[in-house]
Amino acid sequence: MNPIQQKARELMEAGTARVVIGHAAGTFGRRRPLVARSVRDLDAMVWDAACVTNLAGLLTKQEVRAAGPVAIVGGTAMLRSLLQLVAERQIRDGDVVALVSADGTPKVLDSVAAVEEHLALEPHGMPQADRDGIARLQAMSLQERWAWWQAELGRCMKCYACRQTCPMCYCPTCTMDVNRPQWVPVASHDLGNLEYHVVRAMHLAGRCVQCGECGTACPVGIPVHLLTMFAEESAARQFGQRAGHSAKLDYALSTFRPDDKETFIR
Amino acid sequence: MAGTYVLALDALETLFAALQRDGRRIVAPVAVGDRVDLRDVQRVADVSSGHVQSVMSAKDAVFPKVERLLSYTMTPGAVDLKDEPVRAVPTVVFGIRPCEAAAFAALDAVFNWDTRDKFFNERANQLAVIGVACTRADEACFCTSIGGGPDDTRGSDILLTPAGDGYVVHVLTEKGEAIRALAPAVFAVPAGAPPATGRLADVPQVFDHAALTAKLPGMFDHDEWVAQSLRCVGCGACAFVCPTCVCFDIQEEADPKQGQRLRCWDSCGSRMFTLHASGHNPRSKQSQRWRQRVYHKFSYYPDRYNMLGCVGCGKCTRACPVDMNLREHLVHATEVVL
Repeated sequence: MNPIQQKARELMEAGTARVVIGHAAGTFGRRRPLVARSVRDLDAMVWDAACVTNLAGLLTKQEVRAAGPVAIVGGTAMLRSLLQLVAERQIRDGDVVALVSADGTPKVLDSVAAVEEHLALEPHGMPQADRDGIARLQAMSLQERWAWWQAELGRCMKCYACRQTCPMCYCPTCTMDVNRPQWVPVASHDLGNLEYHVVRAMHLAGRCVQCGECGTACPVGIPVHLLTMFAEESAARQFGQRAGHSAKLDYALSTFRPDDKETFIR
Repeated sequence: MAGTYVLALDALETLFAALQRDGRRIVAPVAVGDRVDLRDVQRVADVSSGHVQSVMSAKDAVFPKVERLLSYTMTPGAVDLKDEPVRAVPTVVFGIRPCEAAAFAALDAVFNWDTRDKFFNERANQLAVIGVACTRADEACFCTSIGGGPDDTRGSDILLTPAGDGYVVHVLTEKGEAIRALAPAVFAVPAGAPPATGRLADVPQVFDHAALTAKLPGMFDHDEWVAQSLRCVGCGACAFVCPTCVCFDIQEEADPKQGQRLRCWDSCGSRMFTLHASGHNPRSKQSQRWRQRVYHKFSYYPDRYNMLGCVGCGKCTRACPVDMNLREHLVHATEVVL
């Protein structure tokens, strides 16, 4: 039994968690999410350098929630998601126990304060590959960038793997699925694809924890994570806020301040 | 009609040229970075050959992800309705795997079940399939468990099987014969027995599909479906890459003056899939939607069409963001003790 299995087992036996979300061995030597409902299910749990997927998207899944108090294994991206979900009132402080590695030993973070304290030690940073990806796009002229995204989004089929794996996409009914009125075309034609991805990027500006799960999830390899990561960087630059850094809601795009420096808003 | 020939690797270019002269579009697997897409190609050099599977299936050739069925304009007291002409381009899908070629029959079963769908049929009539037998397989493949195999001929008009520096060619249908007639010199009649084909992919049979089909009606309420799908996020990746998934959604894009009716791919994984106008959803949980996916392919298809709604290509498994491995889950379903 590896250390994380041991710790997860303790949490289950103590009744602190009835469900533990972690990683298991999957196809092609990859890791897959594991939603363990019993100590026996924990047998499949692995904990190694390949366990990089941010599983926080499962925290708001209806069936997982219904199964009882949850513990979740992960790293920085998971913790940032957790803080943002608490900030957005999707999870109550203390309802989810986080299991992280502290120099290879499992550490239990059972409150927002503990998560914030742990995260304070972690530097914020986007992966270099994503910084490079954004830099390459920014170096393009507007026309080139438009053509590039049109070609990329031309492969989109609106499977919504990006939305469904995003930890911040928890709305029970997404705007994309609202049909009275139908705000955004359902069809995966050029306009439908463009509107979806623009809305998604705007909706995640200031809320994206930059885990990159959306881009990883895309079956046809569209780097959709660059859109939300860029939107997040832009919100951070303009408003000095970052998603997932605090459990206190301070969301630039939905907060009105009487002392706003812009005149149009007053 | 069925004939066996040999085709030299460098003769493929001649075949491509002949197809193009005949006005046919050629769609084939193309390597793009780590991914293999299906794209329009001009030259043989553009075609990927060492891969196991393309990400997307070729169903798009007969069942596009979005298709306009009709359009209309409205003026006070009058509606001017226009049927959409089918723009079916003569197309050759080259180099898809035998599993995927076999999948067209599952689409046909639905599109010609009751009403004969003119859009599907006109495209299907214009389509010819040149399959290429598999020399490689991976952990997601399970064609042999559902009655197929790496050189299964079903669904191909012509099947190429790698042999030495070229292919052994089986011309299987009238459409295949018509292609052969476009470039008869390319299809050499072997002197004596055809050359030995290379080693084909080894795909072990891992479950008995007939036993699974027989078992499913008795395990509808089993916890196995919940256990398997707790990690499922409910996207449509599996359904959209699937060569047999045929469900569609009819969308009306309209304003007070004009509109169009579109047929769009749909997925049973989606929460909206069976959501009723009343607000009731008979499949409100992801486990029920995952079960539907399995039952549709392995219980309802055999019931209704006397065939499986799955060809064992494994595209769903490779595309799934949470690694819902269909082969593994079907094996588990057969192993569950009731």
